[in-house]
Amino acid sequence: MQSFNIVVYVFAAIIVASAALVAFSRNLVYSAFALLFTFFGVAGIYVMLSADFLAAVQLLIYVGGILVLIIFAVMLTHRISDVEISNQSLRPAQGALILIGIMAVLLGVIFKTQWSLEGQLEYQATTALIGDLLLKKYLLPFEIVSVLLLAALMGAAVIVRKEVRGEQSGGKS
Amino acid sequence: MELIDYLPIFILLIIAVLFVGGTILVSHMVGRRKYGKEKMSPYESGMIPVGDARRRFSVKFYVVAILFVIFDIEVVFMYPWAVIFKKLGVFGFVEMMIFIAILLVGFIYIWKKGALEWA
Repeated sequence: MQSFNIVVYVFAAIIVASAALVAFSRNLVYSAFALLFTFFGVAGIYVMLSADFLAAVQLLIYVGGILVLIIFAVMLTHRISDVEISNQSLRPAQGALILIGIMAVLLGVIFKTQWSLEGQLEYQATTALIGDLLLKKYLLPFEIVSVLLLAALMGAAVIVRKEVRGEQSGGKS
Repeated sequence: MELIDYLPIFILLIIAVLFVGGTILVSHMVGRRKYGKEKMSPYESGMIPVGDARRRFSVKFYVVAILFVIFDIEVVFMYPWAVIFKKLGVFGFVEMMIFIAILLVGFIYIWKKGALEWA
């Protein structure tokens, strides 16, 4: 299992290094781009933990969708061209408080979790198993998910229309 | 699926990284550097760029991105369904049709609302 550990540590190093770049980069565009490698590293860890479907979803949703959303959000900010101030540190006192809180939770999890899963992991294709559970045992939640997506869709449409109308208020109507 | 089955993907990734890195490195070391006004333009012998590349995007792109993420999630739910589709038979087909029908309502709604229009 030596090579297994090496690969896991490589992915962990990618995650930590790129996450540090996200946090410390002065330029928001670089931060958003570094997030790509963080998401990718997490997908790698999912694969190593025998969660292959989750890894595919991670790539599809986070790398393919959320990241695009974040990059668009960055491109929408009006001070995008001011590299110097595009990622300043704001309110260090409140930030430290949140940091302590998150660290407490994380440390609790770190010390409680059994990390070594040697010999316990069973590698198998999970997609069919998930599909089986989703369409039989958890059928109602599955259908409710589509209602949730519908709500998100409508919410987006409502917000968008307001936005566009606000933009046009100086124009024709 | 054993972990060893991912080895081709891993090798592909390593080759991709080495290829890109190697190409940049070699062109950096071997290539001659001559800078001119024309050469440093973003599209040499191409269109003359208008304005700054780092200017703000229109909010319309963001709307498209949000809608894309929602339909992306819908596709994710289709994967496990498609894998066991034959095993499920008609029952599974009806289940997914209900799922899609509910989202189709939303699709028609945003269509009628004009969120898809590039106006």
